Order: sequence, then structure tokens, then C-alpha cells
Amino acid sequence: MKSFKYIVVGFFFGFGMWKLEAISTFRIFEMFHFQSFHMYGIIISGVLTSLIITQLFRKGKIKTIKGIEKQFNDKDRTWPRYIIGGTIFGMGWALTGVCSGMMFVLLGAGYTVFVVFLASAMLGTFVYGLTRRWLPH
Amino acid sequence: MYEKLVLVQEFISQPWPWWMGAVVIGSTVFILLYFDKEFGLSANLRIMCAADGAGDYADFFDFDWTKQGWNLMIALGALFGAYMAANYFGGDYQAHISQATVETLNEIAGSEALTYGNVPIVPGKDVVHAEVPEFWEIYSWKSLFTLRGLIIIVVGGFLIGFGARYAGGCTSGHAISGLADLQLPSLVAVMGFFIGGLIMTWLLLPHILRIGF
Repeated sequence: MKSFKYIVVGFFFGFGMWKLEAISTFRIFEMFHFQSFHMYGIIISGVLTSLIITQLFRKGKIKTIKGIEKQFNDKDRTWPRYIIGGTIFGMGWALTGVCSGMMFVLLGAGYTVFVVFLASAMLGTFVYGLTRRWLPH
Repeated sequence: MYEKLVLVQEFISQPWPWWMGAVVIGSTVFILLYFDKEFGLSANLRIMCAADGAGDYADFFDFDWTKQGWNLMIALGALFGAYMAANYFGGDYQAHISQATVETLNEIAGSEALTYGNVPIVPGKDVVHAEVPEFWEIYSWKSLFTLRGLIIIVVGGFLIGFGARYAGGCTSGHAISGLADLQLPSLVAVMGFFIGGLIMTWLLLPHILRIGF
């Protein structure tokens, strides 16, 4: 039952992403054409709210369920991986109009062909795992 | 009682305004931090690789993935949530995109197939209870067996999986969790997402969409 709460969190997230049209490839297309505020509104309002929440946790104003302060890990400051990896991810995001979270949403909505997308994404992750020692990070 | 439930269903079924993003994303982030976790969905791809035994091939997958089962539960929950939203709270099944975007899309398709206020939320008719023009029938098994569908589904998936791990996160891990934690690397990654997205949308996607049409 410990994992039940995570299913509930995921449920509302998946439900919300569908209703906000964030799973729509047409919305992603519109975003990259700067033709509407909608997607930016979702991201900006989501990030600002999360920013306040995260900073409250960082400063110890809110503690975790265990009663201790949340520990955050700073990300490594080596730049090539973020630029190159980010660009590759962005190309995939715009090509299918789907990011890694949204593939679960589309699969759940009933687009069974996304098992192929999921398998392909796992293959991409696997190939990264095999080749990462030769890639610039 | 039943009538009231129908009213609630109709209320939820309306298209949601963008500021609901603050509610949906904010509450997800809050609950996960409270339970000492961090929001990042693409990590599931690594977990699933590890669970399938990829640790035998690369150290990158040689970790105790069972400790991250909670993240898989989020993905599973998202699956259920999407099922409910799409099947019972779908509303008009439209992507309420701007007139300008409709025109840009029609230009690529070389037809007037889409009209303002009549764009299916997803380009595939399996679930959407709205008309999907043939050109925009992309998310289907039939489309997978065309070159266009193969590129969009298989290559797109590969780029997402490879890029997310290379960059160390995706839209949720970097653009939400990372930016909210004021991590400069995440901002650089999000800039990368946009560089890649703009190159694809403006330069490559129009040609890919027209393959076979």
C-alpha cells in the first residue's frame, strides 16, 4: 500500500496533462511557433509554484514526512551534456510532440501504438548507457 | 444525485485554462518532495532498462532499481489518469489552438483539412471522438507501417530516450524540478530542448510530415 499514494499522484498528473492539452502534439507545435501563450502559461505557472515550494523545502520551512529536511543534490556543472543531450531530446519532443512523461499518458488514453514508442525510448536509453563513456559530458 | 454527478463531469470535462498548470504541477512537486522524492519521469526508462537486465551490458544500469519503484507507480498512475480523462472527461476532444497555428498546419498539409475550433486533441482517431483528417492520422498501428509514421514514432522515441538520459533529465526533471531548484545546468538543458525543438519544428518536421503525401 506504500506505493498507492504514488499511483494517486500519477493519476492526477496524467489526468491534468490530458485536460491541459499538454499531451497534444498540436499544442507543442504551436509552442515552438510562438503562436499562443497556453503552453508557456502551463510551464511558467507550474515552475513558479514549484519554485516557491522547492525553496521552502530547501530552507527547511517545510520538512519531509520523516520530519527531517529534504536533501537536494546539485547537478554537475559540466555543460556539453546539457546542450547536446537537451538538443537531441528537444528534437524528439517536437518530432512526435510527446515527451517522456506524456508517452505514459497517451498509452493510458488508449493509443496502444505507443508501446512501440516506449520500446524505442528504452532502446535509446540503453544505447546511451552503452555509449556514454565515449560521449562528451 | 446522478444528475449532480453528471454536472460535475461536465464541469471537469471543459477545457482547462493554462493556470491549472500551477495546480497540477505544483501539487505533484509538493507531494513528491514531502515524501522525500524528486519529480522526474524519464528516469523510468532507465529503471525499466535496469529491470530488464541491462546491468549486464553497462554499469549505467547496474543499480538497485527496486528502490525506485515509486517512480514506476507514478507512470502507472498517469496511465490510469489519462484513461479516465480521455474516456470519461474528454469534453469536445479538441486542441484549442490558435487560428495562426491552424493556418500553419494547413500550409504543411497542403489542404484546408483543419479549421479553427475543429482540431483533434491528438493526431490519431483511436480514442478521440472528433474527426481526424487522413493527413493527421499519425498515432496508429496503420501509420506505423508507413515511412512517415515509422520516423515519427520510432525515431522520435529513440531521440527522447537517448536525449533525456544524455541530458540527465527531461521536461519534468529539468524544466520543472531543476528550474524550481534554481539549477543552472537545468536552465542550459531547457535551452537545449528549445534549440532542438525549434530546429525540428521549423526545418525538418514540415518535410517529414509530407512523406507519402
